[in-house]
Amino acid sequence: MQVPLSWLKEFVEIDQPAEWVAERLTVAGLEVAHIRYVGVPQQTIEGIRQPKSHHLVWARDKILLGAIREVKPHPNADRLVLAMVDYGAGELEQCVTGAPNLRPYLGQGELDPPLWTAFALEGAVVYDGHSEERKLMTLKGKELRGIYNKSMVCSELELGISDEHEGVILMEERAGFVAGTPLQDVLGDVVFDIELTPNLGHCYSVLGVARELAALTNKPLRVQLDANVPVLQEGDSIFGQAKIEIRNPDLNPRFTAMLLKGTQVKPSPYWVQYRLKLSGQRPINNIVDVTNYVTFEMGQPLHAFDYDKLVQRAGGGVPTIITRTPEPGETLETLDGVKRVLGENQILVCDTAGVLSLGGIIGGAETEISETTTNVLLEAASWHFINIRKTCQAQKVFTEAATRFSRNIHPSRAIIGCRRGIELMRQWGGGMVAKDALDEYPKPPAPLCIDLPISEVKRLLGVELSVQNVAEMLTRLAFDVTLMGDTLRVGVPDYRTDMSEGVVGMADLVEEIARVMGYDNIPNTMLHDQTPPQRTNVRNEFEERVRDICVSLGLTENISYRMTAPELEAMLTPQGLPSSLPQARYVQLANPIASDKTVMRHTLLVSLLHNALLNARFTPRQQVFEVGHVYLLGEGQTLPDELLRLGVLMTGARSESAWMQQSSETVDFYDMKGVIEGVLRGLRLRDVRYTLGGHSSLHPARSATVHVGEQAVGAFGELHPLVASAFKLTGAPVLVAELDLEALLALAPKRHAVKPLPITPAVLEDIALVVDESLPAAQVETVIRKAGGALLRDVRLFDVYRGANLPPNSKSLAYALTYQTDEKTLTDKDVAKVRARIVQAAERELNAKLRS
Amino acid sequence: MSELKQVEREALDALQGVATAEALAAWKSKYLGSKGVVRDLLSKIASIPAEARKAYGQEVNALKDALTSAFDAREAQLAQAALQRDLEGGALDVTLDGRPRQSGRLHPSTQTLRQIMAIWADMGFQVYKSRDVELDDMNFTQLNFPPDHPARDMQDTFYTVDPSVILRTHTSPGQIRAMHELGENGTQPIRVVLPGMCYRFEQITTRSEVQFHQVEGLVVGRNVRMSDLKGTFTQFLKRLFGENTAVRFRASYFPFTEPSMEIDVECFLCGGAGCRVCKYTGWLEVAGSGMVHPNVLRNGGYDPSVWSGFAFGMGPERITMLKHDIQDIRYFWGNDLRFLGQF
Ligand SMILES: [Zn+2]
Repeated sequence: MQVPLSWLKEFVEIDQPAEWVAERLTVAGLEVAHIRYVGVPQQTIEGIRQPKSHHLVWARDKILLGAIREVKPHPNADRLVLAMVDYGAGELEQCVTGAPNLRPYLGQGELDPPLWTAFALEGAVVYDGHSEERKLMTLKGKELRGIYNKSMVCSELELGISDEHEGVILMEERAGFVAGTPLQDVLGDVVFDIELTPNLGHCYSVLGVARELAALTNKPLRVQLDANVPVLQEGDSIFGQAKIEIRNPDLNPRFTAMLLKGTQVKPSPYWVQYRLKLSGQRPINNIVDVTNYVTFEMGQPLHAFDYDKLVQRAGGGVPTIITRTPEPGETLETLDGVKRVLGENQILVCDTAGVLSLGGIIGGAETEISETTTNVLLEAASWHFINIRKTCQAQKVFTEAATRFSRNIHPSRAIIGCRRGIELMRQWGGGMVAKDALDEYPKPPAPLCIDLPISEVKRLLGVELSVQNVAEMLTRLAFDVTLMGDTLRVGVPDYRTDMSEGVVGMADLVEEIARVMGYDNIPNTMLHDQTPPQRTNVRNEFEERVRDICVSLGLTENISYRMTAPELEAMLTPQGLPSSLPQARYVQLANPIASDKTVMRHTLLVSLLHNALLNARFTPRQQVFEVGHVYLLGEGQTLPDELLRLGVLMTGARSESAWMQQSSETVDFYDMKGVIEGVLRGLRLRDVRYTLGGHSSLHPARSATVHVGEQAVGAFGELHPLVASAFKLTGAPVLVAELDLEALLALAPKRHAVKPLPITPAVLEDIALVVDESLPAAQVETVIRKAGGALLRDVRLFDVYRGANLPPNSKSLAYALTYQTDEKTLTDKDVAKVRARIVQAAERELNAKLRS
Repeated sequence: MSELKQVEREALDALQGVATAEALAAWKSKYLGSKGVVRDLLSKIASIPAEARKAYGQEVNALKDALTSAFDAREAQLAQAALQRDLEGGALDVTLDGRPRQSGRLHPSTQTLRQIMAIWADMGFQVYKSRDVELDDMNFTQLNFPPDHPARDMQDTFYTVDPSVILRTHTSPGQIRAMHELGENGTQPIRVVLPGMCYRFEQITTRSEVQFHQVEGLVVGRNVRMSDLKGTFTQFLKRLFGENTAVRFRASYFPFTEPSMEIDVECFLCGGAGCRVCKYTGWLEVAGSGMVHPNVLRNGGYDPSVWSGFAFGMGPERITMLKHDIQDIRYFWGNDLRFLGQF
């Protein structure tokens, strides 16, 4: 909302600079997002920070209020005229101009009253009206078709007011106009762009902001706009000339109307147009401008009908305005030229002949004000704010009126707006206002009263205030306060529709007190309430531990979009294979923002592969992980299970290349297995087994399923070649893993014991066994360990050999064995016995041969 | 005698020519070793006439001493020379890169989240997490957003095909869940932080994303006041942004708090003078907060005339962007390793 400071000053005395006002409003919750300066300089105020403004400041000695006393023809040019301008210097300045809006005054001789204008003298800096882009120029004297000229009557564009450059500024005479006054003092202004939160409907007007400012600065309001706002009513009573019928008082609690006859539709006075422009509204004509002016001024939107068209529609009889919900199939062509099909509960203003407008939102084309209108029926009504909002969203129409109505304007405002509007129409367009007003108000809401014990203020704010002090602050905000001992009985002004009753009302009042006293004046204290029971979040600690382990393994963390598309996840399964992905329903979005973000993911793999593809161009070597949720919607569930997963992706060179090492080997299955082992070891998991394959997205011969105890907890390995090509990852092999952290959390031991350091020397020995090619190494180790018994402390595979001097289809596995016991220092004899047992067991159970 | 002198001269001459550790060892073995020249000369003592034996013995011993000390000196000299050579020769090009180490990194959002949560943990706030896919009722109605109320326009929502289910637009529904889970029917105080991913239906641009983290804080107690909120949060900000950080509290509106406020800190990049990051205002908006609304307390099982509380919420991505002058929020979920590698 754009609010000119000059308009605010009509309602409240403001002696502080605009920057101070903006800061005070902002801190009180009316955020001034931007300050626009029109002609006046920005001021710097100690302690207040404002962005530097780069606007045109009108020189006080060179840009002045001028009075054009005569418009004369240019002797040498038909398209130019000579404006004879009085700028307070005694003699008139002859100013050459091409302004088309001065042409009508040619040959009228001396003008009385004069045409008031914005006048710039030689040396003044203004915007160049002839330039495409906005650039400044300094006014210099020069000959224009044989006549020397060193001044200018200015357009709004040249002064940086608007884009208007069709003509120069021409103002009607107003009280106090003196030629030669610096223009800053006439048209100079500051416009606040205020962003209002949804609770501040009552501030959605100049009056609303002024009320706040009056309370914050402890000044009275200069003008009260209430039900007694003056109207000169000299015409015949409106009774008998129009009727109102409200059929749904819940959606339309009040409807008022007044009638103006014999008025003239024409442009509004310049000052009105100027004010509307600064407020962001294009002027149209005096009647329509009034409806906008009152909307901005006091926040009550109005709607003007051409009364004669209503009479015509009533077949020459008395028009009846009916508000009602639509009949099935009813339509309306609105002022914006859109033909609308009307939905249920979209309340309408109608007459006996049909629909006139969409109530509180936008008017219909048929009865709008035209050039020829002379009689105006003015509507000021009240509408249910939530219904207005729903209708706006359904019809996709957002108007100044609807924006205000959707902030819950109290019905009390309607008659005030109606009186204010009809009087301004009379003043700006002439005519006679009919006596009386039509006012249907079936169900006035009850006034609100809140009892506030003073102890609540201390309890919620932590600051000690006296009842008198609080009463004074609330009174400044126009609350009606009665003291009853330590309790304040607070009558709420009707326009404060943001206030509630009871304990919520108390909190509402406490907020008002805090705003008026200023949040800065509430002390800073530390919590001294009882400390709650302390609880460990085991799940969260586990999740963070997994992240730390992954980082310690050299992986970089990814965080991806959790939305994906089923088609993308389907690409993880080669055609014809049964999918290994979870068999659950998706959480499906009703309003997805993109075709690749339609559901919540079932797996982390798509995210990781997508990231890998994006990175491939710049970073071929990638070693990343993600810890995050997947969302599985089971049968009969409303909300999905949100389950933690760990995803890992590695591709590219095993180690980074550098000048001393050229890395040519790319990561393979065993690199990923190292990571998986690192994670599981880090989580102290034991009894881990690996079995070949088992995941449809992975290469069946170069992948494994991980088991902890009896439970499968995930899979890892090389991406299936068909999946890799589906994801366009056709470069180096891509290794991925996905582990079920829910399972690992359940399986991870809560504590683990540390082994004491050995106190006897160890005996080390190597042994190489030749076994069948298909025998898994883990099985060999199991046999060795079992046969080795208590004395065999460690077994480590250090070589796998396949070669010419071995029998076909066999391999040699070489193990480093560590014998040790705390009981005693082992002798060669002790070791030889164990070794013999191991070799025997291997021969017997694995058909192995000792390799010499 | 001249024979010994000759041996001595010959040995010392040879020692002069020794330049390596190996040659030195060979020299020692040749002259002073167990089968060396000196030992050989000593063994000849039996063939020396008795009266000359003593003198001969003394002279051979003198020879041995002379050679030993010459050896020691030479050895020291060579060691010194070798040390000198080692110290002076073969200087490395220290400007060459070091051998790369494999190091992983946490995502910047995780780093900021941890930093935030660690500070709150010090003040007795524990982590409480709640779900991403939420009931509309929890996300809005329970938080005092009436159905179809204009306050809902403040948050563009992702709806699901089940009209009762949405993606949470803020972590605040966790407040209700925490009160139910930890409040024991409105009898226990609460002090938690709620980190989590939130979702808004917005076009993805340099300044807006469809998902973002939030950290919510919630305190409920019998004696919790707005002054506590101001004091506690100021302490938090001073730890996050520095001891001298100036803080501004502005009135604002959230349906689930009252009074509500926005919290700004003095721009730490320009010290409040105005710069691009703070849009020349000198202030950075970092959090929203307020006293828990009586209706929300009630919905959480507490009697609002006895219990009170405060809540706050902030965005770790926004804080990370401010701290590192990041201009494009899309970097966060883009996972470009050239970006992640900088943290
Ligand atoms: Zn700054």
